[in-house]
Amino acid sequence: MNLPIYLDNNATTPTDPRVVEAMIPYFTEFFGNAASRNHPFGWKAEEAVSYAREQIAALIGANEKEIIFTSGATESNNLALKGVYEMYAAKGNHFITVSTEHKAILDACKHLEKQGAEVTYLSVGEDGLLNVEQIAEAMKPDTVLVSVMYGNNELGVIQPIREIGALCKERGVLFHTDATQAVGKIPVDVMADHIDLMSFTAHKMYGPKGVGALYVRRKNPRVKVTAQLDGGGHERGMRSGTLNVTGIVGFGKACELCRLEMADEAKRLSALRDKLENALLTVEESYLNGNKANRLPHTTNISFKYVEGEGLMMGIKDIAVSSGSACTSASLEPSYVLKSLGLDDELAHSSLRFGLGRFTTEEEIDFTIKCVSDAVQRLRDMSPLWEMFKEGIDLKSIQWSEH
Amino acid sequence: MENRIYLDNAATSPLDPEVMEAMIPVMRDYYGNPSSTHAHGRKVKGMMEEARGSVAKLLGCSPAEIFFTSGGTEADNLALRSAVKDLGVKNIISSPIEHHAVLHTAEELAHKGMAELHLLPILPNGHVDMQALEQLLQTHKNCMVSLMHANNEVGNLLDMQRVAELCQKHQAYFHSDTVQTMGHYRFNLSELPVDFLAGAAHKFNGPKGVGFAFIRKGRKISPLITGGSQERELRGGTENIYGIIGLAKALEISYRDIDSKSAKISALKFLMLEKLKAEIPGVEFNGDAEGESLYTILSVSFPPNPIGPMLLFNLDLAGISASGGSACSSGSTVGSHVIQCLRPGTDRTTVRFSFGKFNTEEDILSTVAKLKEWYA
Repeated sequence: MNLPIYLDNNATTPTDPRVVEAMIPYFTEFFGNAASRNHPFGWKAEEAVSYAREQIAALIGANEKEIIFTSGATESNNLALKGVYEMYAAKGNHFITVSTEHKAILDACKHLEKQGAEVTYLSVGEDGLLNVEQIAEAMKPDTVLVSVMYGNNELGVIQPIREIGALCKERGVLFHTDATQAVGKIPVDVMADHIDLMSFTAHKMYGPKGVGALYVRRKNPRVKVTAQLDGGGHERGMRSGTLNVTGIVGFGKACELCRLEMADEAKRLSALRDKLENALLTVEESYLNGNKANRLPHTTNISFKYVEGEGLMMGIKDIAVSSGSACTSASLEPSYVLKSLGLDDELAHSSLRFGLGRFTTEEEIDFTIKCVSDAVQRLRDMSPLWEMFKEGIDLKSIQWSEH
Repeated sequence: MENRIYLDNAATSPLDPEVMEAMIPVMRDYYGNPSSTHAHGRKVKGMMEEARGSVAKLLGCSPAEIFFTSGGTEADNLALRSAVKDLGVKNIISSPIEHHAVLHTAEELAHKGMAELHLLPILPNGHVDMQALEQLLQTHKNCMVSLMHANNEVGNLLDMQRVAELCQKHQAYFHSDTVQTMGHYRFNLSELPVDFLAGAAHKFNGPKGVGFAFIRKGRKISPLITGGSQERELRGGTENIYGIIGLAKALEISYRDIDSKSAKISALKFLMLEKLKAEIPGVEFNGDAEGESLYTILSVSFPPNPIGPMLLFNLDLAGISASGGSACSSGSTVGSHVIQCLRPGTDRTTVRFSFGKFNTEEDILSTVAKLKEWYA
């Protein structure tokens, strides 16, 4: 067992060695530009890109023509939101999204608001889930797009995507989902889920960093987005730039592996996750965040009351976890996702997100259970707050004086 | 792809084995997210910052002025779009023979009414009309000049120092698409007063899917891709760490070998040029091939001949990979906008041969021999 143990697979995943193997020939021998139309270096690259498109489309029930390659999920999210805003300006300017979305969505919405968009941010229940009724109520005649993430990156909760998709279809509103955490982990079917646009990325499913995709529906309805990067007109004019052939080959292989192994892997991971979660929830004053039933198989998010967050992170140095999204982990602010579930700052600070992955072993989980439980115990032994709590003092009733 | 001759290095270049060696361990073992605060994340963050430092040192700028992107197209878009959005640019001065990443972006901004686009006249030898540039700068305020360092189809080199100084004199911003010259020429950005540059690793024997923008300190712009605070809040998205390591390594190798590499490639270009002149009656060269021209590109204009429309196809059958122009539009039926500009309505045939460090004299001689069969 190598230390530190990596349990931050929601931030990024190791590249599967089989993916690396698939990529290597496209670094060396087949280095052509997929847009070169008059020699075999170009054809070979284009052929590899087409094959990857099929592998990717097969995982999500799409047609390969509906896959637009990007540099990653953040770019896909930007292209979906900003691209729809520009393309459908004549139809309306109202967007509906959720306060627990990833920063890439929220920041893009903020940007659009400055441009004149009206955005409704729905809040979630204590369990992190949205009710499809909330969306129905928020819809207006000028609503253009609903964007709801598939599986939440911090909690793992899965939103009622199929119901939301059906509602949007019925109302003639476009539906985008940021499925970065869900694709490759659970079955996602863009047809059954009535998804019009979907963002996802390779590096969250054991593929390489720097490559992602936006699914753009071609039929019923035919969806279009305005390009955010202009140039050679690649990707049906929606995204210019020389294709990252090697990365795309890796992305394709990663999708294929997920498609073939997902069912068994989800069972294995949820068993390990449940073992970890059940053990940590036996620690006194520890709480699970988010809905337990509708959840990604590899994620759990647990708060440890009366423990100081930074101390906890320092106390479990042998385990790589995070207290929230990697994209915001440099900031000392508590997670806005946990806060929108109703957690106070302190509890949000003392929460850990565990993201298990393909290479996580039972031995690592056993070690983690012991390491985290011990660290919590140790920190509480030194904590006057814990002592007061044990003495039965209601901490909320105390008036702290300023020093 | 054994036994084939690759003369399309301006479309994309073979990955240097040394670069691959630097990248594979990153893919295999250093898989953290650079934004994560734990050991896995800190390790790759450190590697990434080292790569940024190395690129900055080679270019003579500060690491804080290097922003990694998904490639040259994104870097060009970032410069133009944010100059209009954030720097108050109202006039974009460019040329009709720019790469589409610049030209189409500028046209889009003009179409939206966000800026006026001025395209400079091109002289018969393919260079931009500097007098016209100066006049425009004198008569217009809030300008950004976007001119590529070397044209990707005909190889004409811009006098960047002169344009930069003109821009400085007239308080205009200067962006240059240096995608074709990065790694082939030395840049010293502490002395060259340019505001924005765009580079793409795969054009200097690095990986595809990664590039960078140089943005001079003090040019306060906002991101095109929002979400996450990566790249000093200028470019959201998990960083392509192995690509970034590969980019830095490729640039280091390019600079390390720059003198021998440029001498070698330049010799190949002139060998081809002289041989073609001697062997093929009526052959001409587009642009300023023997003057101010990038040493990796030779754009050949063949006289009208029945084989003309099928020339690239026949070259391909003969095992030689070249192109008619930019790869980005090689499938289009419109033809090259660059050749249209330089030789309107021509019935001659253009082939762009572009050379790299892995080409040999033999490659050139076999190619010329083949062409001679058809044209002599």
